[in-house]
Amino acid sequence: MTAPTEGGRSARTEADGKYGAYGGQYVPEALMPAIEELTDAYERYVLDNEEGFIDEFRRRLADFGGRPTPLQRADQLSARYDREVYLKREDLLHGGAHKLNNALGQVLLAQYMGKDRIIAETGAGQHGTATAMAAAHLDMPCEIYMGETDIARQRPNVFRIRTNGAEVVPVTTGRGTLKEAISETMRDWAGTVENTHYVIGSIVGPHPFPALVRTFQSVISEEARRQARDRIGRLPDSVVACAGGGSNTMGAFDAFRDDDVALYAVEAGGSSLGVDQDRGVAPNSASLSTGTEGVLHGARTKLLQDGDGQIVESHSVSAGLDYAGVGPELAHLVDRGQVEPVAVDDDDALEAFHRLSQAEGIIPALETAHAFGYLETVSEGQADGLGEVVLVNVSGRGDKDLETVLEETADRELSVAPNMDVLRRAGGLGGGQADAADQGE
Amino acid sequence: MTVGLTETFEEPAFVPYLVAGDPGYEDSLAYVETLADAADVIELGLPFSEPIAEGPTIQEAIVRALEEGMTPERYLAFVRELSVETPIVCMTYYNLLYQYGDEPGPRPFVRAAARAGIEGFVVPDLPVEEADPLRAACDEFGLDLIFIVAPTTEGARLARIRELVSGYVYVQARMGTTGAREDVSGRTAASLARIDGWSVPKAVGFGIKTGEHAERIVRAGADGIIVGSALVEIVASGEDRAAVTDRIATKAAELKRGALAGDE
Ligand SMILES: Cc1ncc(COP(=O)(O)O)c(C=O)c1O
Repeated sequence: MTAPTEGGRSARTEADGKYGAYGGQYVPEALMPAIEELTDAYERYVLDNEEGFIDEFRRRLADFGGRPTPLQRADQLSARYDREVYLKREDLLHGGAHKLNNALGQVLLAQYMGKDRIIAETGAGQHGTATAMAAAHLDMPCEIYMGETDIARQRPNVFRIRTNGAEVVPVTTGRGTLKEAISETMRDWAGTVENTHYVIGSIVGPHPFPALVRTFQSVISEEARRQARDRIGRLPDSVVACAGGGSNTMGAFDAFRDDDVALYAVEAGGSSLGVDQDRGVAPNSASLSTGTEGVLHGARTKLLQDGDGQIVESHSVSAGLDYAGVGPELAHLVDRGQVEPVAVDDDDALEAFHRLSQAEGIIPALETAHAFGYLETVSEGQADGLGEVVLVNVSGRGDKDLETVLEETADRELSVAPNMDVLRRAGGLGGGQADAADQGE
Repeated sequence: MTVGLTETFEEPAFVPYLVAGDPGYEDSLAYVETLADAADVIELGLPFSEPIAEGPTIQEAIVRALEEGMTPERYLAFVRELSVETPIVCMTYYNLLYQYGDEPGPRPFVRAAARAGIEGFVVPDLPVEEADPLRAACDEFGLDLIFIVAPTTEGARLARIRELVSGYVYVQARMGTTGAREDVSGRTAASLARIDGWSVPKAVGFGIKTGEHAERIVRAGADGIIVGSALVEIVASGEDRAAVTDRIATKAAELKRGALAGDE
């Protein structure tokens, strides 16, 4: 789990929380003492395994979380793309996404630190769900901040969070998505930091969060690397993972950083790339590909912003990628040419969602579908650095997205989408645009 | 380091905050000028889209100002246009300072701010860890850099802030975000005690709403009081310019009177 023993990769830039020009600690003074306390706890418990923290974490990840997750050969995709496609099945982790690796680690760490309340933001609701589960598991009270737009488009996860006994606090500012949810959770923390731990959901925020979250998520690539050796007898030529804040991404890349493995971070291309300066919106969430350096939510990183430095509203069909920033470490690796950022738009992600579901019997999260969308783009003849053996991180499962996909699919011409007439005839297309359109006919 | 702002704290100071451009450019000019009578320093907010240290009242003011087209460039024009003698301190978030002008970093904005007549900065998302470039730019152009001391700030952090701060120190009266409260925090006296020997004046903010609060805070040892949300609430009432101006003047006078009474 921890880096120092895994040779070579210890030469990290994280000691001062800087990744090249990125990272740092841009937060209100009131939070700084807690951030210093967290840095200390990260070094002692997580890096040095004091009081057996890491041992307990691993045990709980196995017993409660179901680790290790499988490495699976995707037979149909391998045939389709004429190369070996392997899947790292984080969708099979408890909660249905990679998010539990981090949430369980941080809630446990909060307990070691003597905190007695947990707060978190969530976009897709997966991190909220994972945090609510971890908090219930470890008997801690928990509140989840979630934008109202996301509450509507990720309803199943709202049910799951509430069912696990956590509160959901709706955030109504701005567009009501992940950016606003993070801001609001930081505001809560500024008032409650003395007894509360903020379980941030991705490799974003002030140091030590990006390092802490990456360390917890590295289990993905540590397992995958071992499994690839054992199962395939070699390492993959490339790893492909979607990137919102970038936690599944860095988790899937980390153990391969010193290997000759190409790393692809697939961002949400939304409806088009670029920032609309006049309207102050970016119809995408492609901060690695198109963003510029700036400061947001405690870190210097690549951002979607206008010429003045106002953060613009991002867009993606997938709530978990819909964010104007990205983890500072990932931004740094992109600048250094160690990670290749690519973008997949809403349509291609939806197609990939249907394709993976039909071809492999795996319904992916819409976030994850972006990674598979990239495989398809490449197969259409673009430049190809993927090589013969590709590892795709299946960051999460798509049950939470079924309503959204139904509505979004009804709005578009997608060649692979199943027709839902059977539902329509039975009057079972509940709510949403699909239904409204139907009644108009 | 300059001592420009320090001199304005000879008697208990009233330091009001408003968001520039809230609810629109012209109204806002009138409101800020109204404050000038009672105010010793004016903290003028340059609105940023992600104000993580603000409570709902100021967040909403920022949204109004942004929707009416406030930008860093217009903010500087706004400051130039103000006909007030009262020193103006720019309160904003780091990304706006960082992005302005053609070289990355805070220097171009600090230079432009100095030319527009701004005398200092408060940047709530910039702890001392990241403040060296801004401190250097403020030194270069003769501006003060105010830091916030929170109820949780202790030990080595206090020492570091003491080294970098100039003008006045912003003592955060309570944990949490900005917003007017019905009571004043019991933590204020303890916070003031921790910075007792500092040479810069101590201005207390976060939650102050009435003249009576102001009086108590000055009595507890503050050299000044900072009031934002209680004034922004008046702007937010949506009444016409004359009515808002009137109420701001009354509130400002009440707060200044309270501060002075605390010194008796
Ligand atoms: C399944 C899944 N994948 C990916 C993401 C994006 O987050 P990150 O980029 O931090 O992995 C999310 C976020 O909610 C998610 O739920």
